Amino acid sequence: MMAWLPSSNSGRCYCLLLVLLAVAPWIFQWADQPFLLDLLSRGLILAIAATSLNLIMGFGGMVSLGHAAFIGIGAYCVGIPAYYDFYNGWFHLGLTIVVSASFALLAGAVSLRTKGVYFIMITLAFSQMIYFTFVSLEEYGGDDGLVIYLRSEFPDFLTMQGPVALYYWIFATLLLTLFLVHRLIHAHFGRVIVGAKHNEQRLQSLGFDTYRYRLVCYVISGVICGLAGMLLGNFTGFISPEMMSWIRSGELIFMVVMGGSGFLFGPLLGTGAFVFLEQYLPEFMKFLNPSWLEYWHLPFGLLLVLLVLFGKGGIHGMLSKLDSRTRQSGP
Amino acid sequence: MTRPLLRIHGLCKSFGGIVATDHVDLDILPGIIHAVIGPNGAGKTTLIAQISGALKPDAGQIEFNGRDITSLSTPRRAQLGLARSFQVTSVFLPMTILENVMLAVQGTAGHSYRFWRPAHKDPEMLDEGMAYLQQAGLADRARHLAAEMSHGEQRQLEVAMALAMKPRLLLLDEPMAGMGLEESARMIRFLARLREQTTILLIEHDMDAVFTLADTLSVLVHGSVIATDTVQNIRANREVQHAYLGEEHA
Amino acid sequence: MDWGLLLTQLMNGLQLGLLLFLLASGLTLVFGIMDFINLSHGSFYMIGAYFCGSIVARGGSFLAAVLIALIGMFVVGAVIERVIARRLYRADHLDHVLATFGLILIFDAIVHIVWGPSGMAIPLPSVLDGQVTLGSLVLPTYRLVIISGGLLVAAILSMLVTRSRLGMMIRAGASNRTMVEALGVNIHKLFLVVFAIGATMSGFAGMLIAPITEASIGMGNDIIIIAFVVVIVGGIGSVKGAFYASILIGLIDTLGRSYLDDLLEIFMSLDYAETAAPALSAMLVYILMAVVLAFRPQGLFPPAGIRA
Repeated sequence: MMAWLPSSNSGRCYCLLLVLLAVAPWIFQWADQPFLLDLLSRGLILAIAATSLNLIMGFGGMVSLGHAAFIGIGAYCVGIPAYYDFYNGWFHLGLTIVVSASFALLAGAVSLRTKGVYFIMITLAFSQMIYFTFVSLEEYGGDDGLVIYLRSEFPDFLTMQGPVALYYWIFATLLLTLFLVHRLIHAHFGRVIVGAKHNEQRLQSLGFDTYRYRLVCYVISGVICGLAGMLLGNFTGFISPEMMSWIRSGELIFMVVMGGSGFLFGPLLGTGAFVFLEQYLPEFMKFLNPSWLEYWHLPFGLLLVLLVLFGKGGIHGMLSKLDSRTRQSGP
Repeated sequence: MTRPLLRIHGLCKSFGGIVATDHVDLDILPGIIHAVIGPNGAGKTTLIAQISGALKPDAGQIEFNGRDITSLSTPRRAQLGLARSFQVTSVFLPMTILENVMLAVQGTAGHSYRFWRPAHKDPEMLDEGMAYLQQAGLADRARHLAAEMSHGEQRQLEVAMALAMKPRLLLLDEPMAGMGLEESARMIRFLARLREQTTILLIEHDMDAVFTLADTLSVLVHGSVIATDTVQNIRANREVQHAYLGEEHA
Repeated sequence: MDWGLLLTQLMNGLQLGLLLFLLASGLTLVFGIMDFINLSHGSFYMIGAYFCGSIVARGGSFLAAVLIALIGMFVVGAVIERVIARRLYRADHLDHVLATFGLILIFDAIVHIVWGPSGMAIPLPSVLDGQVTLGSLVLPTYRLVIISGGLLVAAILSMLVTRSRLGMMIRAGASNRTMVEALGVNIHKLFLVVFAIGATMSGFAGMLIAPITEASIGMGNDIIIIAFVVVIVGGIGSVKGAFYASILIGLIDTLGRSYLDDLLEIFMSLDYAETAAPALSAMLVYILMAVVLAFRPQGLFPPAGIRA
């Protein structure tokens, strides 16, 4: 069977995971842990962004070191209208889609003429351009960023006010994204994208203009990531160019690879691991020795190196290895 | 006289100082199997690459079905009915055998900007794909991964994929490369049956295969065509024997 | 036009360009020969600065500190190559990006642990702290030191690459890796030396800049990206390309920042020009790279034997 579909067993696990995410606000409310809902909200937003990166990188083989630019674009598409006291969510949404699609089209049209390391570097270049654009826009805070005082408003529709309502916006967007990517990858379009990852030349000789298909894929991915940025702007209430620095793009790559690049649920797992580590690694270090709190980047970096050297396939890969091993030893 | 399906005129290509294609003129008539033979390094694969559009020639013209295709991209040429197989097996290993062929069917079945319905459930593509696998004798293993196939089977799949594009001209780059005797014989039988379906430009090292299959032979030496004739005449041609066959049959 | 200002800016651009070259030359060799993307190359820049700074702080003279720190950098580079980088050459570029991203975090954390979170100022000896008058031009002495130091290293490196046996292997390796292996060169040794030399030069750049900016955590993380731009623009694996591209980008960046607003005023109102100029000048080098990649992907001066 197709390798990128979760086998039925793990498929059930992932469905269970999604159900858990759906009821999480109640659990946290019952346990009186509002902070955990915040953590989870942030994690799911990053998971949407990582899933969009997985679409081009994991499935399409296009390694972008500039994907965080779209997060920034989405966030500023909320922040700048909000700066002018314009909070209409439909407008924010439309603006996010139009701007991220246009930027993806422009950057993609140039970047996709290159391959391999050149693609990595040119996506980085484009994100740096966007980064410095916002750094120099002093009207909108420049380096210091912008505070968003109110969340996007969707009159006569669903509200985003309150942490639980926002959580469900995020969760619904994640579900939609996962479903969309799943359909996309198995549709005619997706076959081309996946095929081009393995052998672009062969695909061209089969009559596919791979450049255009990849460009469309890049635009779709950029828009999804822009939406994640729009949600992040609403969630944090504070945006700054730092959201799109190349370090953030590197973290997105980490999330995808950590979870399992090229697997639908990989980015979700990887983001979970990332947010968990980011939150609890410092506390663990503090537990070891109170003065070590700030050194948590050390084990984090080590983990990254070890992941590359020994952790092929990420969490998903390890889980499926475990799965097949238990199946072999079982009846 | 029938109009040639593919007409190559004055084709030149060099890499640095090395001339790989030297003013090649070649006409491929429709409905036949036309083989190009030549010693290693004669520029056979470079020639195929230029016909399929993977390489840009330095000079010269390629006309396909009466149309100048010299400046067209590979996908455009494939859309017009030029299919190729690769010397190095280039099937998609992580996909199933059926998925491989279906991808080839999809390539020439209009655009693929279809984002929603799963491709592997498309009944037309499924039937078509299975039909080509049947023809290649791979139908019983359709759901296996391409990575699980033997080398010979992968070569068969490679040809089946090219065939699934319903080409007017099939460019086969050493389809028998690396095959054992039995596998070669199977491939020869498969190719012989294709004669009715399409025109074939065959590049091959295996002389038995060439003499069994080809209607017309061209001999390529140092980037230029030194002779084009029927199989019988080429066999009798002393120049060719000296330039090429001599090396192997000496 | 203020010619004195222009000259000063040209010297600034040259200084930035030479610092970039010290970073980029090692980066381009590692990239070209080992096909290895090392994002953490900028960490060597930071470590060099801290090495030098702590020796000066213990009472060493600046010159002695630099010399000792250079040896230290060679050792650090060799260890990193032997322990980590070597295992990654055969992995794909995505793995390089991830693992060396992890290395950045590790290095930053180690510096944090050893030297603390705040930066480290490096005082200059009074000989270097003054100013020199060149005709009508008054320049800080240290700026001339940086420029001549950079040019000196560039000259040595160029001699090494064009004249020596090591250089021959390096050049062959940058244009055709399999050939070097076929020649029976001990490829592991070559890789080790190239990597360590790269780390040393990157560290040297950090030592040179630290007296001006002070050594700080993450100081290499921004400049390394510009160094990558240099590598791409110059042509991966080409030391000559890295040199010209460094100078070009150093000048573009410096002159862009000081003159772009004047230039833009010709086309638009003062207000717009003053808003647009900083953004555009920060983007110039990236625009340059995008243009080079789109039209001449092999770079401006690709190593001989490489054709796109």
